Amino acid sequence: MANIISDETIEYVSILAKLDLSEEQKEAAKRDMGRMLDYIDKLNELDTEGVEPMSHVFPVQNVFREDVVTNGDDSERLLSNAPEEQDNMFVVPRTFE
Amino acid sequence: MDLLSMTAVELSQAIREGRTTAPEALAAVFAQIEAKEETLHCYITIEKEKAMQRAQEVQAKIEAGELIGPLAGVPVAIKDNLCTEGTLTTCGSRILENFVPTFSAEAVELLKNAGAVIIGKTNMDEFAMGSTTETSYFGVTRNPADPARVPGGSSGGSAAAVAAGECFFALGSDTGGSIRQPAGYCGVVGMKPTYGTVSRYGLVAYGSSLDQIGPLTKDVADCAAVLSVIASHDEKDSTSMKREDTDFTSALVRDVKGLKIGIPRDYFSEGLDSQVKEAVLKAAKVLEANGAVLEEFDLSLVDYAIPTYYTIAAAEASSNLERFDGIKYGYRADAEGLHQMYKKTRSQGFGEEVKRRIMLGSFVLSSGYYDAYYLKALKVKAMIKKAFDDAFVRYDLILGPVSPTTAPRLGESLSDPLKMYLGDIYTISVNLAGLPAISLPCGRDDQGLPIGLQLIGDCFSEKTLIRAAYTCEQAVKSAGEADAGQNTPGESAVKDGENPQTVKDETVADSKTGVMTSAGKEA
Repeated sequence: MANIISDETIEYVSILAKLDLSEEQKEAAKRDMGRMLDYIDKLNELDTEGVEPMSHVFPVQNVFREDVVTNGDDSERLLSNAPEEQDNMFVVPRTFE
Repeated sequence: MDLLSMTAVELSQAIREGRTTAPEALAAVFAQIEAKEETLHCYITIEKEKAMQRAQEVQAKIEAGELIGPLAGVPVAIKDNLCTEGTLTTCGSRILENFVPTFSAEAVELLKNAGAVIIGKTNMDEFAMGSTTETSYFGVTRNPADPARVPGGSSGGSAAAVAAGECFFALGSDTGGSIRQPAGYCGVVGMKPTYGTVSRYGLVAYGSSLDQIGPLTKDVADCAAVLSVIASHDEKDSTSMKREDTDFTSALVRDVKGLKIGIPRDYFSEGLDSQVKEAVLKAAKVLEANGAVLEEFDLSLVDYAIPTYYTIAAAEASSNLERFDGIKYGYRADAEGLHQMYKKTRSQGFGEEVKRRIMLGSFVLSSGYYDAYYLKALKVKAMIKKAFDDAFVRYDLILGPVSPTTAPRLGESLSDPLKMYLGDIYTISVNLAGLPAISLPCGRDDQGLPIGLQLIGDCFSEKTLIRAAYTCEQAVKSAGEADAGQNTPGESAVKDGENPQTVKDETVADSKTGVMTSAGKEA
């Protein structure tokens, strides 16, 4: 395997991804990611010098609309999906003391 | 009257003519679900009472002449990543196990307006990440042609439900082949429209630049009818396109005279199963016999599509799935502090494949690796698009297989993700280039498993695709009928052992395949 993923990298990526991985999962993630990157490295066979990166297949620009509210107040129904709610607000775990 | 053997269009006509009713049709579907669902598990949620009430309302409107379209009264199944107001929408994930949307996806809304009756929500790979429908938190779906096999994925529940008569048609979503591949494995018709043709509003995003909603149906006429209803310009999706003519049923014409069809040699080389290859080339011969002009060519860059796709799709997925944090909806894990809660919720809520892609996506977007991986993939994407543009200067359509093999056995694919990804080699570049493509049945292998033919068109050429697919389907059907009372494509998947799709003309093995054979010797 050409790409060796270090413990630090996995740690860093799991912070970015907001995932809590067990030691076993970290080892598996190192292996999986290394293999995938080896495979993705195939793209380096291609000379992409001067090629414009394509994020969208059609030449569409930003699509704007007037900033007006078209939907009604749906807060009650929206909150019904919340894991925890109180007084028309989402309840979250304590974030500071 | 055997209602289940009818297509969606035939059923709505029978309802309009008073030969049956929407509630009767729904009852027939429920009887089929009763008989098959325990084995196949196509659905995550079935709403029997709601559907029956809806069928009765629709029936009244049809009788009052208020609903006259080709989907009025027809029972439909919706992939579980499309939001349905008031109905559980899980994306096959634990993290959305209790999520009930407050609105419906635009495509679902359009189907409702057309009088279609929603039966329930179909099983899928978690967040549409997978090619087998085995990564669903809610268990696997089995292939109606052989329950020991996977139905494909990620729209496996939708494809299996259509094939088994557990609905008359279904909606799926296609990010790298997720409509076309399960359609191929289950022996039904599936179409991925041009990017932007169907509004993605209400589709839970996976790879936003690649995702597109499309129909899974019993035949090509149904596919055209459904696409005509769901294609729309929607201000709620800023990538949705304004298309002039969206009556795709006008393309249901048996005529391919002079149509130039390119057959990419690179789609018939290493890794392609010989029986799949034979069936696909027979279908090409059928089109040739009807006046199409076939020519082999080198598409190029085929081997680079998968690494490009996984880089881009994983990057977009890692970003799109950030919203699942246990705050506003879905699963929340118990934990001290906000940050711990996020991490525990996501770690417990997402399955392995989803985590694998979020990790990869986070990595390729991270500072220091962005240029080497993500930007590189976007450049190769531009090159792949260019290769298709060049091909469409010379050809009206590109023809090839949907997948390298027929449906694998359950459990066979998950052990090696990379191998599973390789199964998407013929479908994936279509998403990268934003093209429309259709998958239709073109035969069965010696195990009786369906084989899919894929036709790929240039952007906005759905009508050409439909015309060619219809011609192929009708030609095969008449050959089958001449061959003695065979059943229709819609039924084929439910009747084991029969082989109605196979073209009977054995003489087709020829001229054009010379090059193919030599190129394909490793297959």
